[in-house]
Amino acid sequence: MPTGSLLRNVRAPRGPALNPDADFPELLRAQGFDFFTGVPDSTFKKLLRRLESAPEFGYVPAVSENVAVGLAVGAWLGGRQPVAFMQNSGLALAINALASLAAIYRIPMLLVVGWRGHDGKDSPEHKLTGAATLPLLDALRLPYLVPQRATVESDLRTAAQTMQAERTPFALVCRPGVVE
Amino acid sequence: MRRADAIAAVVRRLRDELVVAANGWISRETCAARDRREHFYMLGSMGLAAPIGLGLALARADRRVVVFDGDGNLLMTLGTLAMVAELQPPNFLHIVFDNEMYGSTGGQRSISTHVPLDAMARAAGYLHVDRACDSAALESGLDALIEERGPSFLLVKVTPEADGDAPRVPYQPEEIAARVRSTLE
Repeated sequence: MPTGSLLRNVRAPRGPALNPDADFPELLRAQGFDFFTGVPDSTFKKLLRRLESAPEFGYVPAVSENVAVGLAVGAWLGGRQPVAFMQNSGLALAINALASLAAIYRIPMLLVVGWRGHDGKDSPEHKLTGAATLPLLDALRLPYLVPQRATVESDLRTAAQTMQAERTPFALVCRPGVVE
Repeated sequence: MRRADAIAAVVRRLRDELVVAANGWISRETCAARDRREHFYMLGSMGLAAPIGLGLALARADRRVVVFDGDGNLLMTLGTLAMVAELQPPNFLHIVFDNEMYGSTGGQRSISTHVPLDAMARAAGYLHVDRACDSAALESGLDALIEERGPSFLLVKVTPEADGDAPRVPYQPEEIAARVRSTLE
């Protein structure tokens, strides 16, 4: 197992501030990611529109988040570097796919997770899962970062390096408005 | 037709195909029948055989991917049938060994007793769909599908028995993943 507990919520070195107009999909490609799947979340409305409208990303819409993790594992076996987008409610759905597949087979993949209910002020269906999101990742010993707008690029770099070095899934847990 | 015999009959036919084998007896019997570096053995994550195989087929359009699924496994993620139908990967062969039960947990009934999984694959939009209820039909089904442009689906009805006698897969999970990926580098 990767030493997730030591890595969790690692503080990234501060890189240069992100250009507010920088394109997150392009940042992902610059870090070597080349397989994109996921399930929509309103947190990533603009981002997913961009991914779906650009054929070069080959975005694969998954029917559920556990299926997205399965697709990402298969893509990695085939030599790709996968990213899966999901809402935190879907992260909860994908727990077994992460625990009994991606983590124990030590598959590097980036999870970009929209964090609904992060401040306890969201609609009722998001409150419990919102509060449980980081504890769930801690319990699975999966490393993660919670980027600010200004740290997206450096956090992404840290994520990419850590998931390769430790051979582990890595989550970027994004409050609405941070990654667009 | 016993599941272990059906699995052995399929793996005998493999040349350079990649295989994703569902967790439980299917992985154990696949490994016991013929262990290849091209086999990805699932240990847990029930339901994800077809998604893993689909991801692999999309990543490696130059290689044929064969999924060894189970009825209980497929029923967990039926939406994957729709994804395969939408994406139409030509290198994807989906074989379901259907014993109409949850064999690894004590033989509880699965609802594939009443739900024809091949009809669901056909309705979803797989290009070729076949069903085999005995070993002769399995051989002719493989003849027809194994090199055919897919996505293809072969439902293999096997004897309703829970237990097998194949040993556990003797590899650690990270070893299973690394050796599949290394065959593709």
